[in-house]
Amino acid sequence: MNPLSTERGSAAREPKGASGVRVVVIGGGIVGNSLSGWLTELGWTDVVQLDKGPFPNPGGSTGHASNFIFPVDHSKEMTQLTLESMRQYREAGTLHECGGIEVARTEERMEELRRRMASAKSWGVEDCRLVTPAEIKELVPFVDESILLGGFYTPSVAVVDSLRFGTVMRERAQEKGAQILANTEVEGIDVEDGRVCRVRTTRGEFDADIVVIACGVWSPRIAQMAGASIPLTPAVHQMIDVGPVPRFLDSKTAVDYPIVRDMDTNMYERQDGQGLEVGSYAHRPILHEPDEIPSIEESALTPTELPFTQEDFELQLEHALELVPEVLGDESVGIKYAINGLLSLTPDGLPLLGETPEVKGLWSAAAVWVKEGPGVGKSVAEWMVHGEPEIDLQSSDIARFYPEQRTPQHVKGRAAEGFNKTYGIVHPGEQWESNRGVRVSPFYEREKALDAVFFEAAAWERPHWYESNAPLVGEYGIGPREHEWDARWWSPIINAEHLAMRERAAMFDLTAFCVFDVVGPGALDCVQTVAARQMNVPNGRVIYTPVLAPGGGFKSDLTIMRMADDRFRVVTGGAHGMADMKWFADHCEPDAHIEDHTSAHCTVGLWGPRARDILSSITSDDVSNEGFPFATWKVVDVDGMDVLASRISYVGDLGWELYVPFEQGAKLWDAVWEAGRPHGVVPAGIGVYGTTGRLEKAYRAFGFELDQDYDVVEADMAWWKVKSEDFVGKEAHLAAREREPAAVCSTLSLTGNKRFPLGREPIVREDGSPLVDAKGRRSYVTSAGAGPSLGKYLLMTYLPPGDHGQLCVQYMEELYPVTVEVLGSRPPFDPDNERIRS
Amino acid sequence: MRILVAVKRVPITGGKMVLTGDAQALETKHLGFTISPHEECAVEEAVRIGEAEGGEVVVLTLGPPEAEEQIRDCMAIGADRGILLETQGEEWDAQATAAAIVEAIRAEEPFDLLLFGNESADAGGYQVGIRVAHALGLPVVNGLKKIELRDGGVRCERDVGGARDVYEAPLPALLTVLEGLNLPRYPSVPGKLRAKQKPLDRKAVSPPAAQLEKIRLVVPEGQGEQAEILGEGAGAAPRVVELLQELGVA
Repeated sequence: MNPLSTERGSAAREPKGASGVRVVVIGGGIVGNSLSGWLTELGWTDVVQLDKGPFPNPGGSTGHASNFIFPVDHSKEMTQLTLESMRQYREAGTLHECGGIEVARTEERMEELRRRMASAKSWGVEDCRLVTPAEIKELVPFVDESILLGGFYTPSVAVVDSLRFGTVMRERAQEKGAQILANTEVEGIDVEDGRVCRVRTTRGEFDADIVVIACGVWSPRIAQMAGASIPLTPAVHQMIDVGPVPRFLDSKTAVDYPIVRDMDTNMYERQDGQGLEVGSYAHRPILHEPDEIPSIEESALTPTELPFTQEDFELQLEHALELVPEVLGDESVGIKYAINGLLSLTPDGLPLLGETPEVKGLWSAAAVWVKEGPGVGKSVAEWMVHGEPEIDLQSSDIARFYPEQRTPQHVKGRAAEGFNKTYGIVHPGEQWESNRGVRVSPFYEREKALDAVFFEAAAWERPHWYESNAPLVGEYGIGPREHEWDARWWSPIINAEHLAMRERAAMFDLTAFCVFDVVGPGALDCVQTVAARQMNVPNGRVIYTPVLAPGGGFKSDLTIMRMADDRFRVVTGGAHGMADMKWFADHCEPDAHIEDHTSAHCTVGLWGPRARDILSSITSDDVSNEGFPFATWKVVDVDGMDVLASRISYVGDLGWELYVPFEQGAKLWDAVWEAGRPHGVVPAGIGVYGTTGRLEKAYRAFGFELDQDYDVVEADMAWWKVKSEDFVGKEAHLAAREREPAAVCSTLSLTGNKRFPLGREPIVREDGSPLVDAKGRRSYVTSAGAGPSLGKYLLMTYLPPGDHGQLCVQYMEELYPVTVEVLGSRPPFDPDNERIRS
Repeated sequence: MRILVAVKRVPITGGKMVLTGDAQALETKHLGFTISPHEECAVEEAVRIGEAEGGEVVVLTLGPPEAEEQIRDCMAIGADRGILLETQGEEWDAQATAAAIVEAIRAEEPFDLLLFGNESADAGGYQVGIRVAHALGLPVVNGLKKIELRDGGVRCERDVGGARDVYEAPLPALLTVLEGLNLPRYPSVPGKLRAKQKPLDRKAVSPPAAQLEKIRLVVPEGQGEQAEILGEGAGAAPRVVELLQELGVA
C-alpha cells in the first residue's frame, strides 16, 4: 500500500504474522521507520505503523533535522548507536561523508578536544586527529582561523538523508507485510490488566500485543493515553539558512566542506547546497509542552518548525560572524530561512528506550536524534524480538527513572540545564544544579552539620566527602592534585577519609540504595531465574550475585538477602535500581510480587577494623565473627530499635550495612556516631565507598566494568559451581566458562605522574596503538581512582591475553606508563580478604 | 530624498486560522509575525531609491511594543530610522490609524515620498494610505507595480486587466504598492547587526474614543482544506496535465 493511500485500517484483527505478535508503531520519523524496517527484518511482520502526518515528512523533528553526524561521544553507548546508524545510512546509500571539525577558541576547549581524542580511540572511531588553525583553514577556507587555537577533525563525519532512509525502511517493512498508515491520528490506547491491548485511531482500532511510542516531541502525550509517562520535553533548537554563498555556487555536492562545530559558542556552521546553515544550542532554554504544539493544520510550516524568535539569536549571529566572516559578512548573502525547531530533551540527555515500567507491552523509542535513529531502531527491535539488543542500552533504558525524576519540574529543570551543555565541556564528575534536594536521608541534617559536600545519586543527596574531615588531610599527608581538571569535583579529603576507615572506622550514608522485596510462593522461582548464583540458601544468608542478560553479559550485579522462605530482599545501587526492579518484576509471574522498600528504609554503612568494637558497644547481640559470620544478616537490638545488620562490604573492611525504618534513622546515626567517637570513627563519603575503597579491592561496578559487552568469566567473577536451576543467561554463561576469555578485567596502577585519568581513556601500547581483543573490543579505563592504602593510582580495564609490552594510558594526548597490578579480580589490597572476614 | 514607509505587524498565517475564544482576534500563540508582502516591496523600493538618490528612509508603524521587531527587520534590509506609534496591542480601525500616522508625519521634517502597502495583510481595509494622503493634501496613486523617479516627480504603473495605467505625479506624493513591484532582498547578517544600532523613536498613542466596533471575526468556509491526491505514479500524469491546463499555466 502506498503511504499516501487513504485506505482505512481494519477494525478487526488481521491474521497474525509468523511471530504471532502484533506490533503497532506510532510515529513515522526516523525512529518509527527504522523500527518497522527492523522488526519485519527480524521476522515480526505483523506490524502496523501509523503517523498523524503525511509521508515522507509527517512534521516531526526528523523533517527539519540538520542531518549531520559526528560519531565521537564520551558515552560508549551513544557512540555505538551512532556508528551503527552510520553503517545503516551508508548501506542504504543515504550517507555522504564530508568530514567535520570541532573547533576550539579557548585552551580549556583544546583540553576537551584532547579528551575527545581519547574517547575516539576507546570506542574505535578511526582517523580522528587534532588539527592546527592553518589546517582548519585549509579544510574550511571560509573560516577565520585567527580566532581558533585548533580543532578535532573527524573525517568520517557525514550528512545523511534521514527522510529518504526512513522511506527505504518503511518500504522494506511494507514489502514484508507491514501496514503503513499516514494521516492517522491516535485517539486512545487501551490497557487491560496492566497490559496494552489496542490503539484507537481516526482510521479505526488496531488490536496490539506491543505498542511502540516513537512520537518524538509528542511522546509524553501519547504515553499518557495509556497511563504511562515518557519524561521528555520539547525544546527549541534555533537555526537559520543563509545564501546564496558565492563560494558554494560551483559546489559539486550538497556539502563540499567539512561541518564546523564552534564548540565554545555552542553553534555549528554547515554548507547546505548553495547556502550555509547556522545552528545554535547557545540561546536560553526554550521549553514547550507536548500538548501545546500546534496541529499540522494550524502550522505555517510544520508543527515542529515554530516561528523564529530572533532576539534569542542575536548574540549567536555575532559569534557566527566572527568565525565565518567571508560568508556571513557578505552583504549579498541573505537570511532565507529561520526557525525555532523542536527537538526532544530528557533529564539526563539520553534516549528513552524500552518497555515502560507502568504498562506491559507499551514501549518507548523516544528522545532519539537522527544520528542514532537507525541504530536505535535496530536495537529496540532486537530487544523486543530476542529479549536483548546487541548494543547495551542500559543508559537509555526508560525504566531507569524514579518517580522523583519523572516530575515536570525535574524534567524541565534538567532539560534546561542540559540544553546549554550540548556542546559543553562536561566533567565526568559534574553535578546538576537544578532540582536538587529532592530526596534526603534521615541523616541529612547531621551530614550538613558536618559540612558534607553532596553529590546526587538517583535524585538522592549523598555526601561525597565531609569538609569537617579536612584536618585529616594534613594528618595523613595527602597532597593536592595539581591540575585543576583532575582536581575538579574531587578532594584530598576523600583519600584521608579512606585511610581513617582503614585505620579506625568510617560510617557511610547508603540510603540511596534501591531496596525491594520479592515476596510470595513464587519468590524463590523469581530470584532463581534472575540471579546467576544459587538463591536457595538458608534464611539469614546474603548473596552477592551477577544478574545476566540472555546473552551472558551483565544486566546488573546486586545483593540478595533471604529473609524467609517466601521473601527475598534485593539491595542494589541507586542509579540502576529502578531498571533492576522492573527486571525482577518481569520475572515475578504468577506467584510473586515486588514490594518497594526504597523509601521505607535508610542505611548506615559501618566499616573499618574498629567496626565490631563500635557495634558491640551499642548492642547486646552477638556480633562476633563466629556469631555473625560474613555474608549473613540478622536483626540486632540497638537502643530499642530492631536494626537489620547485613555483614558484607564494598570497601574491603570488616563491617555492616545497618538498616532501620526511615523514622528511626536519625536515632541510629546518633547511636553509631556516639559509640564510634571513642574509636575514632569518621563520617566518610561516596568518594571512598564508590571509588577508593572499591578499587583497592578490585570490586567491579555495574555500568563501569560490568555491562552487557562483557561476561562473567571475562570479569573474572565466575564462581566455582553453576547451579542446576535455570537462570537467565545460563546457556551463554556455561559456554563462556568453556572458552578462554578474550579479555580479563584487571587492575593497573599509575605511579609517579602528576596527572590523574578519570575513566574511559584508552589503554594502549607504548607506540600508542590500541589494544583490541579477539571480539574487537578495545581496552579502556573502566574505573579510575586513588588507592590511598597502596599509595598508587588505580585503573581498571579489560586486557586481552598475551604480552603487550609496556602498557600506557592515553590521557590528554599524553601517554603515561602503567603497571599491571593484578590480572583478574584478586584484590590489590588485602588479597586474602582477611579484613572483611576477621 | 526623504522617504517614509508605513508597515504593519501581522501574524504569519500559513496554516488553518484559529480565533481566540471571544472571536475578537486571531489566536497567535503559535504564530510568528511579519509585514505584508506589499509592504516588503514598499520597503525594498524605498531602500533602492535611497541607495540611488541618497537621503533617509524612515519606517513607521502603529502597533504593539513588539512591532519593534518588524521595524528592525526593515532596518536590516536598509531602512535608516524607525518610528513606533505604540498601542496597547488593540486593533485600530483605518480612520484612527490614519489620524495617528498623519499626526506623526506632521511632527517630522517633510517627506518627499510616502510608500504604503496597498492594503494590510490582516484587516485588508484598503484605506489607510488614501486617508493619510487626503489629510496631508498629497497626491495618491494606488495598487502600483512600478515606480520611477523622473524630472522631480514620480512615474508609476498599475496593472489593469492585461494592460497598464501610467500615472505621473509631482513630489511629495503618497503611493500604495503591490507585491511584485520588485523582488525584496533577504536581510544579511551585517544588516541584522546594524539594525540593532539604528535609531528608533517610540511614541505612545491612545485610540480616539469613537471607533468602528468589531462584532466578531469569522473564519471563512474552505479554510484548512486538505490537499487532493490526483493519483499515484505515472498514472497520475494525465490528470496533472489537465489541471495545469485548467489553471492556464500549460
